[in-house]
Amino acid sequence: MKRELTLTINGQPYTGVVEPRRLLVHFIREEAGLTGTHVGCDTTSCGACTVLLDGRPVKSCTLFAVQAEGHAVTTVEGLAREGELHPLQQAFWEQHGLQCGYCTPGMLMTGAALLERRPDPGEEEIRRAISGNLCRCTGYQNIVRAIQEAARAMRGAAEPVSAGQGAAGAASAARGGMVP
Amino acid sequence: MSAVQATDVIGQRIKRKEDPRFIQGLGRYVDDITLPRMVYMALVRSPYAHARLKAIRTEAALAMPGVLAVITGADLEKAGLAWMPTLAGDRQMVLATGKVLFQYQEVAAVVAETREAAFDGAEAVEVEYEPLPAVVDPFASLRPESPLLREDREEKTNHIWHWEAGEREATEAAIRSADVVVRQDVVFQRVHPAPLEPCGCVADYNRGTGRLTLYVTSQAPHAHRTLLSMVSGLPEHMIRVISPDVGGGFGNKVAIYPGYVCAVVASLRLGRPVKWVETRTENLTSTQFARDYHMTAEIAAGRDGRVKALRVRALADHGAFDAQANPTRYPAGLFSICTGSYDFPTAFAEVDAVYTNKAPGGVAYRCSFRVTEASYLIERTMDVLADELGIDPAELRRRNFVPPAKFPYRSALGWTYDSGDYAKALDLALETVGYEELRREQEERRRRGELMGIGLSSFTEIVGAGPNHLFDIAGIKMFDSCELRVHPTGKVLARFGTRHQGQGHETTFAQVVAQELGLSVDDVIVEEGDTDTAPYGLGTYGSRSTPTAGAAAALAARRVREKALKIAAHLLECGEEDVQWADGRFQVQGAPARSVTMKDVALAAYTNPPPGLEPGLEAVFYYDPPNLTFPFGTYVCVVDIDKGTGDVKVRRFVAVDDCGTVINPMIVEGQIHGGLTEGFGIAFMQEIKYDEDGNCLSGNFTEYLLPTAVETPRWETARTVTPSPHHPIGAKGVGESPNVGSPAAFVNAVVDALSPLGVRHIDMPVTREKVWSILRSHGIRG
Repeated sequence: MKRELTLTINGQPYTGVVEPRRLLVHFIREEAGLTGTHVGCDTTSCGACTVLLDGRPVKSCTLFAVQAEGHAVTTVEGLAREGELHPLQQAFWEQHGLQCGYCTPGMLMTGAALLERRPDPGEEEIRRAISGNLCRCTGYQNIVRAIQEAARAMRGAAEPVSAGQGAAGAASAARGGMVP
Repeated sequence: MSAVQATDVIGQRIKRKEDPRFIQGLGRYVDDITLPRMVYMALVRSPYAHARLKAIRTEAALAMPGVLAVITGADLEKAGLAWMPTLAGDRQMVLATGKVLFQYQEVAAVVAETREAAFDGAEAVEVEYEPLPAVVDPFASLRPESPLLREDREEKTNHIWHWEAGEREATEAAIRSADVVVRQDVVFQRVHPAPLEPCGCVADYNRGTGRLTLYVTSQAPHAHRTLLSMVSGLPEHMIRVISPDVGGGFGNKVAIYPGYVCAVVASLRLGRPVKWVETRTENLTSTQFARDYHMTAEIAAGRDGRVKALRVRALADHGAFDAQANPTRYPAGLFSICTGSYDFPTAFAEVDAVYTNKAPGGVAYRCSFRVTEASYLIERTMDVLADELGIDPAELRRRNFVPPAKFPYRSALGWTYDSGDYAKALDLALETVGYEELRREQEERRRRGELMGIGLSSFTEIVGAGPNHLFDIAGIKMFDSCELRVHPTGKVLARFGTRHQGQGHETTFAQVVAQELGLSVDDVIVEEGDTDTAPYGLGTYGSRSTPTAGAAAALAARRVREKALKIAAHLLECGEEDVQWADGRFQVQGAPARSVTMKDVALAAYTNPPPGLEPGLEAVFYYDPPNLTFPFGTYVCVVDIDKGTGDVKVRRFVAVDDCGTVINPMIVEGQIHGGLTEGFGIAFMQEIKYDEDGNCLSGNFTEYLLPTAVETPRWETARTVTPSPHHPIGAKGVGESPNVGSPAAFVNAVVDALSPLGVRHIDMPVTREKVWSILRSHGIRG
């Protein structure tokens, strides 16, 4: 009945033996022990469980763990690298883009995916992009502002980089403040 | 209040100290806690709103792989735990015995080795029901032919209580003799706070130590410990309640839920840690809802628009159990703030509460005990009066405001408002939004047949419960507390009886302590939520943290300063009377260059205390507020309505708030953005609905809608500052103002847009469909 599963999370290989009905979010939280990814609803509505699957945002409560077999998952724990916060994390902090913090990891992952694809999104585009992520505390205004600020920071850091460099390179070049 | 100092940290936009863990996914919420040998619990819930329980068969469930135990009401009855007291003086079934009283009521608990096995086990429990007629409508519930819901009570009626305040006869007389009387029926629909994190717990009973540790989503951990001790019989010192990071509360996490009690029982029985985390559907269908107030207001006034009297009647639907968290003396909460910002010479208010076959509760959702219902009612009805008299709603409000000279102001229903300058907030809001110009634009648009509306709300809140001679919950006085420990190196550990759920206490309370001790915010760490370490307090709800615990922070710090002054005198080699606290340090009077800092004093407290003085530098303060605080403001909403679709577009929303002294403007603005967004959801989208059989129709986020980033308006905020005269730093609290004040502004704007059609009131939620139907009924098509 149980199936063996291999995938990477934040670049680390994970192997597990799971029931086919095991949800990806529970695998991430319980097998891999990465509890930054949250569960807020049962209906794919709230987005607290958003992670990147091969770079694309997905709601990990709506995938079985076995569907991620062989794929690369990125969670909020994988955003900061080499001790430096991702510009989005820095901007959420600066712009008061979070209150209780429960939606924040999902919001950050959706924002990161947006900025990889669209380095200079307008306000409406940001609001549409995060419309699958519910926040009960902030009213979104400061979240939008934070994503705009992160976009600016990432573009600013990208400028010295040669014209052929893609958005992914820009993101890693733009890593901002130190992890406190 | 002390004079502004060069070292002021109060009033600064300081980045939140709590954020680094949240932005890195390192928060620690209840469901993140995993303990060795931990098992999982799932609940069996009733599919019927009202039914007799004929039999519960657990054999099949117990035979399922991984299932360890099934607990039923009969099991709990043997331990005297089938019922538990509510925070409103009623009692509530933990697990059903005899009959069920609402759909999704807790019937049995299944404990298993894994989450999935627990849910499988719950599916396998067989329950036999005999359905009974359900009572859904609160008015029908009072009719003699209505079935009796609560057979357990001595009073054989569905009526729970009657409450009244004010002068019945004087109000009647004023209404009889007035030039004008308007009367409006207003329903504030049943809504749900729906914090993004559902409720849950991990109960860990250790047979070796005999202690129970309960990790729980709690806004009031100390109250939970005491009540849990009373319910379970476990001595209180053998219970430790830890409320770790809380993913939003909004009042939903004040109550004790049956799931918590079942998890405790399961842990006691198995000697293993038991985790229970509800699903979203369980959260929406069984935990604390809000409102469900069915109200009528009458205002008597002169032709000049001056109000003479207010009469209010309300029917409160509490569902199956009166399970609201409520101050004992005030069964209708602070509903008697319903005279609002206006100088009513006399008033009378009465509320009757009833049981129905709906989920229990009745007070939560970003609201200080019914102030939201009261504020919405008066702000809505003032617009009806303005319409009746043909007076501009801004002008009508201005004419009736309690004038600044009358503060402290004794309201007709008995509250003493601490401070206010309502016209100042109104003026700023009108100026910011460009009111005159908008009214001219509206006139032009109306000539062209377009639907544009402007809505105002000049609300007054009543928060910070509360003065101990009036306020208690289950007998426990509603003080709150702060304990400060100043370490030898001048760093401070500050602990509180409150428990934040995103409000930013780790930053704002650190600002208060830093200000009072002449330290940097980085020198102070704030801890809340662990009953073994925090001083006793009643928790965070009703915008009470800053008015109570925030005050305790300032006064505990001043207590530290009293002792520190003795040490400073010793270090400065002068008499205590020659030392003063100024510019964040201890100075010798007349020779300010001779001074020591709090850091110097802290080191001396442990290394070189004055002879005869006990070493160390700590203080604890339990703060009994002398009065409540009364934040206020004016909100202006501008809407455009699409005649073809009924879609209401919020074009502008200006919020002027006055919460007294502002500790951190960034956090205050964030609170306002969030509260306005919740108010927007309530006004336009949200209702917990039931069909006639008591089936809940709003049990998930596809039925119970929360605003997304797309439809949420852009908020414009501004403020006036009228400090509270009785709070140590003049602060009033702000978390709930935007949710209290905004629904009326939204609805008033929509009604204003539709007023040329003769529309005077629309009940919330003002959905597109509702507006579309009104337009169609008036023959208007896009």
